[in-house]
Formats: sequence, C-alpha cells, structure tokens
Amino acid sequence: MSTADRIVITGVGLTSPIGDSLETLRANLLGGVAGISTIETRFMGEVFAGVCRYDERKYQKAKERRRGTRVGSIAIYCAGEAVARAGLDSGGLDLSRVGVYLGVTEHGTVETENEIDVIRQFDYDTKYWSHHHNPRTVANNPAGEVTLNMGITGPHYTLGAACAAGNAGLIQGVQMLRLGEVDVALSGGVSESIHSFGIFASFASQNALAVGGDPAQASRPFDKTRNGIVVSEGGCVFVLERLPDALRRDAGILAEVVGYGMNSDASDPVMPNTERQVQCIALALERAGIEPGDIDLVSTHATSTEVGDAREAAAIRQVFGDYHNVYVNNTKSFIGHAMGAAGALELAGNLGSFADQVVHPTINVRELDPECAIRNLVLNEPHRVEKVDFVLNNSFGMLGINSVVVVKRYVA
Amino acid sequence: MTHDQVKEIVLNIIKVVAPDADVSDLKGDVRLRDQLEMDSMDFLDIVMELRKRYKIEVPKEDYPRLASLDGCAEYLTPRLQGVAVS
Repeated sequence: MSTADRIVITGVGLTSPIGDSLETLRANLLGGVAGISTIETRFMGEVFAGVCRYDERKYQKAKERRRGTRVGSIAIYCAGEAVARAGLDSGGLDLSRVGVYLGVTEHGTVETENEIDVIRQFDYDTKYWSHHHNPRTVANNPAGEVTLNMGITGPHYTLGAACAAGNAGLIQGVQMLRLGEVDVALSGGVSESIHSFGIFASFASQNALAVGGDPAQASRPFDKTRNGIVVSEGGCVFVLERLPDALRRDAGILAEVVGYGMNSDASDPVMPNTERQVQCIALALERAGIEPGDIDLVSTHATSTEVGDAREAAAIRQVFGDYHNVYVNNTKSFIGHAMGAAGALELAGNLGSFADQVVHPTINVRELDPECAIRNLVLNEPHRVEKVDFVLNNSFGMLGINSVVVVKRYVA
Repeated sequence: MTHDQVKEIVLNIIKVVAPDADVSDLKGDVRLRDQLEMDSMDFLDIVMELRKRYKIEVPKEDYPRLASLDGCAEYLTPRLQGVAVS
C-alpha cells in the first residue's frame, strides 16, 4: 500500500448519553458510568433511552435548528467538534474537497410521526402538514445539514446501513479518500431514534426492548437476565485524511484505519449470522494484513438481546478463541444502542486505549450467559493490558448487514 | 383589533420563525425580506402559523400583500376581527 492510501483519524466530534467529547466519553467508560434514563414517548409512556446533552447552539443558529432535524443538529455538533479538534477550523480548508459521509439506521420516521401528530390536532387536515417535511426527511438530511452549516461544497450523503451504519460511514470516507475523490472526509454515524415511538414499539413487539428495573442497568449485553435493547440517540464524526496530508500540516493523529470489511448475511431479515460475521471479521483482518492474534481489543456490537449477543460471541470465539492476548468489551452497556451512531461511538470510546492501555469493561453483567462466554471478556471493571496496538470494531445490522473496522495505534 | 395589535401578532410569529432576528426596530413600510434574513420557506412558515393560530387562509395570490408589516396589518386586520389577542 502506498503512503497516500494510508488513512488516519485526525479529529473526533461526538455526543453520547455519557458525554459530548472524546474525553468525557472515555472518562465515563473507565469510571463505570452508565447514561441511560427514562423518557416519555408518544403512545407508550415511559421507556428507557439514552439521551444526549450537548450545546445545540455551539455551531448552529436557532433558526437553522428550527428548520432542521434533531439528527441534523447532532451531525452539525459532531462535525463542528471534529473539525475543531482536527485543527481545520481556522481556514485554509478547500471546502470543495471535503466529503460528508454519515451512517444512519433509519431516517425520517421522527419527522413523519411529528407531522402526523400535528395534523391529528387539526382533524387530519393535510393543509397543516409542514412544508419542511420533505427537506427534513430526505435520506441525505443529516449529512446535507452539515454541508449547509459549514459551507462544504464537496459530496455528501448518508449511508443507510441499519446498525452497521457507523462503521459504514467511516469505511465510505476511507474509500473516497483512497479514490482521491476528496481530501478530507467527515465520516461516522448519527441517530435521533429516541424521538420516534415507532422504533420502541417495533422492538417491543419483537420482544427485543429492554424493560423493567434500574435504567443504569437496563442495557446489559452478555448478562443472562438481559431482556432487550435500550434505544439511544447520538453521533460521532471522524475527520479522516490521507497520511501525507496529515503529516504535512503536522496534525495530531489519533489512529490509522488499517482494515475494514462489509458483507451481507443473505439469510434472515433480523437474525444475525455467525458465519457471515466471521467472514466479515476475516475480511477486515486480511485487508489490514494482520492475523487474529495481532488484535488487542475487540469492541463488540452486542445489543443486549439473547440471540444477537450469543451469535456474535460465537463468531468471536471462532476467530479469536485461540488467542490469549485478545481482550473483548462492549460499550452499549453504558450508552445503550445508538443505532446509526453506535459503531462510530463505540470505536471512539476505545481510541483512548491506545494511550492508556486500559480496556473499558462491559458493565451490568451479574451473571454471564454461558452462551456468551468469551475468553478475556472484560467484565464490569476496567482492565489494564500490556499494550493496545490494534482495535477491531464490530457493527452489525438488520437485513443482515455487517461492518468491521480495524484501527491501529499510530506511531510516528 | 387595531393595526398595531395585528402587527404585534405578526411580530410574535416572526420571532418564532426567525428566532435569531432582531425585530425591535422593523420598519413598517419596508419589505420584511429586505430587513430580515428570511426566505420563501420562512414566509410559508408565517402563512402556516396564521392558519394554525387564527384559522386564516392566505391564498397564494395574496402573498405579496404580506410583504411588509404595514401590508400585513392592512390585509389581516379585517380577517382578524373577533379574534382575541393572546
């Protein structure tokens, strides 16, 4: 691979239920702080949810926010933070050479539900349906809002990739940089899902929505008593650049994206497929040019569902079971399932391990499900390891879409 | 309802539609779009708010009559008779 094909992360902007910066996210992951609360959702009453608290006005005017969407606001905040952290906010950036690639699980349900609620108050007279509905619900909305906000004239679009979307956004950025289509990619994933009752209702009908007990313990992947997903909102945007460009401007490099894989189960709309997950992980390792034993940390996708957690655990055992040095964790136990943002946020949460050599745990495991037994699954307390050079990040989604990213600690 | 009360109603809507705008010193006889950062979507918001709040229908051909605050007052005052000022 030529140096120009090496892609590095030079900035991260995020908002999550446990922090609106890389530092606060990391501190809370190491401190065992879960961020789940209860919210009132239309027709359903109280549900568990991961809610983000960030400064909506930091990068966006009140009018822009009013006309746009919650997920657009999240995307703008994350993109603004990422660009600032990368040191690209002081001018000199050719905005025609910037691409915005954001993964989404779904888009438009929030806005459509809201409009139906509006016209319901007027006897379902569609005269009261907002003229903003179309620009709010076009599938490129969150990425488009970023370009409008920042004056970016390069390409933008979202990647609909269910819960594999956060990694998919990142991967798209890597590919576009390697193709020479852009010089800077704002890549990642975003979600406003908690503002849609439909997503809660559908998971509930599927018997896959977490219910009952302490909100902080509601999301508990791999625990025998887990009873479903906690839906969260969130966003995470990475600034990606080609290595020579980053070095030329003396940028701080957080990690190098060395491998990725995406594939499809082609087996079931909702049930994950261990064999395809294994193949996707293998593809990412192959592209990275490394062996399973080179990975130090596997960041799991596990969402706190019985079948999903067990099938991913089986995939991890199959690929990494022979290696004593590979540690495994989960971030959804802290922040819930941030849907389109999940893969990106979970990768971001683990980037700190390159510097501190600590693997944050999967929390809320009181009784490990034997089906989910994985060697070196870090339970409930952070674990210091000898080194973290490679992190592998899993992200899987409905309709059988799998995405895996491998990042490497950057050594100058 | 007086012209001033109608202007107040329109200003309250503009404050919602253009929350960043300073509406304290708007000239009544100058087009709103020349004084505020407003586009056609914002204007449709004003029309929508009039519909929602006061059940007033503004046909498309009458939109030019709402271009300025004075125009709004003249056009809307007869249509707002009997409406309680909130």
